[in-house]
Amino acid sequence: MKVSRRALLAGAAGVVALGKTAAMQASQAPSDPSKVRGKPSRALGQRAPFEKPQRQPRGVASSGTPHQDLYGTITPADLHFERHHGGVPEIDPKTYSLLIHGMVERPMVFTLADLKRFPSVSRVHFLECSGNFGGRGTATELTPQQLAGLTSTSEWTGVALATLFREVGASPKATWFLAEGQDAAVLTRSIPVSKAHDDALIAYGQNGEAIRPEQGYPARLLLPGWEGNSNVKWLRRIELSDRPFMTREETSKYTEPMADGTARIFSFLMDARSLITYPAYPVTLSRGWVEINGIAWTGSGKIRRVDVSTDGGATWTPARLQEPVLSKAHTRFRHLWNWTGGEAVIMSRAVDETGYVQPTRDVLIAARGVSSVGYHVNPITGWLIRPDGTVVYRAEPW
Amino acid sequence: MKSALRLVAIGVLGLICAGGDRNAVPLAAQARTTAPAKAQPAKAPAKAPSAKEPARFGIGRPATPAEITAWDIDVGPDGVGLPPGRGTPADGAPIYASRCAGCHGKTGKEGPNDVLAGRLPGDAFPFARDPRAPKTIGSYWPYATTAFDYIRRAMPPDAPGSLKDNEVYGLVAYLLFLNELIPADASIDATSLPKVKMPAHDRFVPDTRGAPKPAPGAKSR
Ligand code: HEC
Repeated sequence: MKVSRRALLAGAAGVVALGKTAAMQASQAPSDPSKVRGKPSRALGQRAPFEKPQRQPRGVASSGTPHQDLYGTITPADLHFERHHGGVPEIDPKTYSLLIHGMVERPMVFTLADLKRFPSVSRVHFLECSGNFGGRGTATELTPQQLAGLTSTSEWTGVALATLFREVGASPKATWFLAEGQDAAVLTRSIPVSKAHDDALIAYGQNGEAIRPEQGYPARLLLPGWEGNSNVKWLRRIELSDRPFMTREETSKYTEPMADGTARIFSFLMDARSLITYPAYPVTLSRGWVEINGIAWTGSGKIRRVDVSTDGGATWTPARLQEPVLSKAHTRFRHLWNWTGGEAVIMSRAVDETGYVQPTRDVLIAARGVSSVGYHVNPITGWLIRPDGTVVYRAEPW
Repeated sequence: MKSALRLVAIGVLGLICAGGDRNAVPLAAQARTTAPAKAQPAKAPAKAPSAKEPARFGIGRPATPAEITAWDIDVGPDGVGLPPGRGTPADGAPIYASRCAGCHGKTGKEGPNDVLAGRLPGDAFPFARDPRAPKTIGSYWPYATTAFDYIRRAMPPDAPGSLKDNEVYGLVAYLLFLNELIPADASIDATSLPKVKMPAHDRFVPDTRGAPKPAPGAKSR
């Protein structure tokens, strides 16, 4: 078949024209929607054309949640942060299987359908990459997404890992297990068996639907409150043992050099942190009442209190916490403030149910040095409100 | 009055359209869901789920030895899992040059990706205070076995899992040699690899945050 250059060009123009019309339709709502018949029903919902929240990819291996665009505590699944070490694999749920072996009575294979037949549980939990701090440089034009986009909260559904360990007859002598992914990094982490008896899940559901590919489709390990990397995605194998495996991800990476010349290993716990998501860069404030709000979370359980300062940390007032405060989940805090003009630094400080207080940058540096590693960096951060109402990140270079 | 009529009309429409209008569903759905929900507690006791759970559900199937062998590729710090075979720095050098050097540099120090080779004077461990100190196999890794495990499973990223065991042994030997951890004529195999002395081995300490409970107000961790 011969296609003339002209027809091709015309075709291309047609596509361009169509694209244009669609774009115009998207951005031009009728001036009185009650006088125009609305759209018909459709198989898959979409965001309002005016709402364009986006994850922000940093290279090819991670992208952050746009906290500045979100309300409440649940992260829409398509805006959940991602971090991977071998790309996002495509896995056919029909051929997926999970192998559990090692120190067990019965090495077994479970299909996805098998996993779904076990008693299930749904729980709301945050996940956070332990490298979730983008605020160590001199940049002040940083959004909440750039500062701390690598944390999100979902309702996860799955089977308790303890249930599967009973099914295979895990040896009481097993103290660690290896979790291995089916991605191109075949990512592995060693996890204490005690976490399985505490609250670990094999999750296949996220916010009511199947887990998204970036979050580990079709099934992942979920270790509530523990660093993202240990929540192995695309889980294909669990091996029980009586010692850790010392994988690359838990030795060369995801360990923290300390000021005393040691390095912390198996540092799973995500400590308490808070983040003001409004007002924040690039917002411009007008004078008057402002509802400062943000999210706080801790791997140790529930957030007990979030203090807010509007004078650069000189004085602190407890913010209101949105109930119910859930364990190991983002908690929304709000604080009313009357901005009368003038420069101000607003900050938040989380306190969790163990009494742990979110540290300052100086306290963190005293314990950890200024290491380039940047894992588990959870300092109190501030936003600078300038007299003209523009808001920027209060940089504290490390 | 008028709005009530409208509601009924939508309700009927909703039934006809099988849920075509979201507003119409709750009326019918409420009736369906509230009754069983009240009867639920007997079926799902909140306190003791294990009381009614069997020891085993009989779900899943036994894994065959072949299935386990195919996936069980991990290598432990004690050398458990290392396959037969061996390699020397001389075996690994050409493989490294053709398949690794483009991303990790000619001698493992030049990048652009992770720096793999290099020791620090006196095997110091300045990583907390000096962000530029390179974390390499020789300066930071606590176990040599990790190199075999990781390279075999994940490198090179454009063809992960493509290296033969002898090639991995050779590459590991070459990287250990570049890090001045073994002599040029050393042979690396399942017995010798776990014995390679790693300068950073004793630097790693367990994380003590979280347990025991920190004192109220404790914050430097
Ligand atoms: C296409 C580029 C590329 C090639 C080719 C490549 N690597 Fe890598 N390598 C990387 C990247 C990127 C990482 C970091 C991956 C990550 O952090 O997830 C890495 C990580 C590593 C690490 C771990 C470094 C650390 O400090 O944790 C080792 C060891 C390694 N590569 C060895 C090899 C060997 C051996 C080869 C040749 C067989 C090879 N690489 C080929 C890109 C490459």
